[in-house]
Amino acid sequence: MFRLNRAMYLVTAVAIMTIGLMALGGCPQQEETADPAPAAVEPVTDGEPIKIGALFAVTGPGSSLGEPERDTAVMLEKYINENGGLDGREVQVIVRDTKGLETDALTAARELVEKENVLAIIGPSRSGTTLAVVDYVEQAEVALISCAAARAITDPVKKWVFQVAPGDADAVQRIYTYMGEEGISRVALLTESSGYGIEGLKQLQEQASAHSIEIVATEEYADTDTDMTTQLTRIAGTDAQAVVCWGIGKAPALVARGMGTLNMQIPLFQSSGVANARFIEAAGEHADGVIMPAAKLIVLDQLPEDEPQLAELQRYHEMFVAEYEREPDHYGGHAWDALHIVVNAIERAGVDADRTAIRDAIEGTEGFVGMGGIFTYGADNHYGLSPDSFAMVTIENGEWKLIE
Amino acid sequence: MTADQVWQFFLSGLTTGGTYALIALGFSLIYNATGVINFAQGEFVMLGGMIAAASMAAWDLPLWLAALIAIAITTVVGLVLDRAAIRPARYAPHVVLIIITIGASIFIRGTASIIWGPDERPVQAFSGEAPIVMLGAAITPQSLWVLGATLVSAVAMWLIFEYTVVGKAMRACAINAHAAQLCGIELSRMVSWSFGLAAAIGAVAGIVLAPITMAQYNIGTMLGLKGFVAAIIGGMGNSLGAIVGGLVLGVLEALGAGLISSQYKDAIAFIILIIVLLVRPSGILGREGGED
Repeated sequence: MFRLNRAMYLVTAVAIMTIGLMALGGCPQQEETADPAPAAVEPVTDGEPIKIGALFAVTGPGSSLGEPERDTAVMLEKYINENGGLDGREVQVIVRDTKGLETDALTAARELVEKENVLAIIGPSRSGTTLAVVDYVEQAEVALISCAAARAITDPVKKWVFQVAPGDADAVQRIYTYMGEEGISRVALLTESSGYGIEGLKQLQEQASAHSIEIVATEEYADTDTDMTTQLTRIAGTDAQAVVCWGIGKAPALVARGMGTLNMQIPLFQSSGVANARFIEAAGEHADGVIMPAAKLIVLDQLPEDEPQLAELQRYHEMFVAEYEREPDHYGGHAWDALHIVVNAIERAGVDADRTAIRDAIEGTEGFVGMGGIFTYGADNHYGLSPDSFAMVTIENGEWKLIE
Repeated sequence: MTADQVWQFFLSGLTTGGTYALIALGFSLIYNATGVINFAQGEFVMLGGMIAAASMAAWDLPLWLAALIAIAITTVVGLVLDRAAIRPARYAPHVVLIIITIGASIFIRGTASIIWGPDERPVQAFSGEAPIVMLGAAITPQSLWVLGATLVSAVAMWLIFEYTVVGKAMRACAINAHAAQLCGIELSRMVSWSFGLAAAIGAVAGIVLAPITMAQYNIGTMLGLKGFVAAIIGGMGNSLGAIVGGLVLGVLEALGAGLISSQYKDAIAFIILIIVLLVRPSGILGREGGED
């Protein structure tokens, strides 16, 4: 058998591995075929159907976002058509799976615009895929309502691009305001060293001085890390009064567990990115006491009577549970908001309106009560939400608890 | 930086290092018998944890039974990998075989994500989560399970290679496959053995790790990578070296992250890898010089 010199062999192996890893980064990690687009229901009238495109990460690493978004959009499509459609015309939501990948998102966006001739697009689910299609929709002149949270999507304002997910900036502001009320002024940051964590870190650092917060430690972790006690030991050696962790996936749960292992008594704040049941499951008993900003849907049963979003939140919850027999989450809520804003805009602009008129109508959205908050867009504001969109919640005995 | 903190870094590093060591053992095993570096080793780890977690959740099995099932199924996957992908290409250069293992790892990972979905699955710690405090530094009981599993696996492998006919035959194949075959050793059977054993050890690693990392379809990549680095640091093909390499890597990583900056944690592992490849490519405990 042919053999290389041992050192050469090892170096070659490392090189192959590196290439393999790079290839992995760009490869779909899940090749499951997308569910076929929902079957068209019987046309409500003879008129042409009103086509709305949807780009969701139904499979792949972002599927925990894309799946509930797809389900919600399909549910709403059915609901609207069962109730007479839009001015008697059938609404068609054409869902395409981006697999969470930039290239797939762009291809699908082109297909929706050029082949399916959609009037507007909702999605994509993730920030990366959204930024990948922004240039295209600007050039093709089709309104896009993204379900992703990065502020860069609508800051600076782009003519054809809107956003429905509450952003990091508001989440950070909500946390810092809460800390101010609780008399916390020295915090330690522990953030993920990639995408979501970097954005969060930037906001946490930028907004600190405005809220008289002193950052006494800045630590990072890779989302593949299996142990956080090293970083937490460094933090424990400072006089921090609280830890703020910014990341998604399972690592934030490992941070909660690590603080338990080291018996750290200061409170742990997490981002809105982990406000889901999986975090509680993953962090186990160490989830108790963790504080985070979250979409109001998660504490639906504890919201005060005078909460302006209450009725709409209940309506979505009821409809989703009836249709799918499981709890909805705030990702599905983004699809609800995006589709409603588009449908309302078409209603206002008239069912024969063109893409430009629909974009203008979307920009004219005012006081729309949705799942993510109350939306008011404007020529210089395509984000539309305020920090009040978030509720501050904590976890008690494994259950979400609204902080009054 | 107080001495207490440094001690905690050391202990944290030791527990992470135990993980790397266990995975490095799997690399060593297949390298020893075939001279091939099996990049699907990380996927064996993933499969072990995933199958154990899934069978405990689905059928409410006790831990030991779920562990046995996970080890058995993963071993079969290892054997199938050898039969279906490695054996048909056995006359190809090693580099080709390595690329085949990378392909296999992508395939296994993709299949796992289709079967079990993309979400992580938490697994109960074997003996509670109450941390054990040693001289002021804390360690979780599960970390001791990992270190224990590493030790037991290493001793078992050493016994197999030193004292059993199969183990000796595997070593013979590694030293000179042609001569070993002339002595009546069936090469393909030895390769099967090594893949089966490595898969079993990978599964053990995955099972004891699952309560710490949680089981997820994609944990194999990074763990496999760190295990590979550990195997090279210790000296590829040397079981003791795999353990030493794993522990050294874990401790240096933790000390680097703790004393310098956590922003460079992963970079430290790869800087160590580059230094070892430049200065002592045979690894800390490897045989000096590139005789094969």
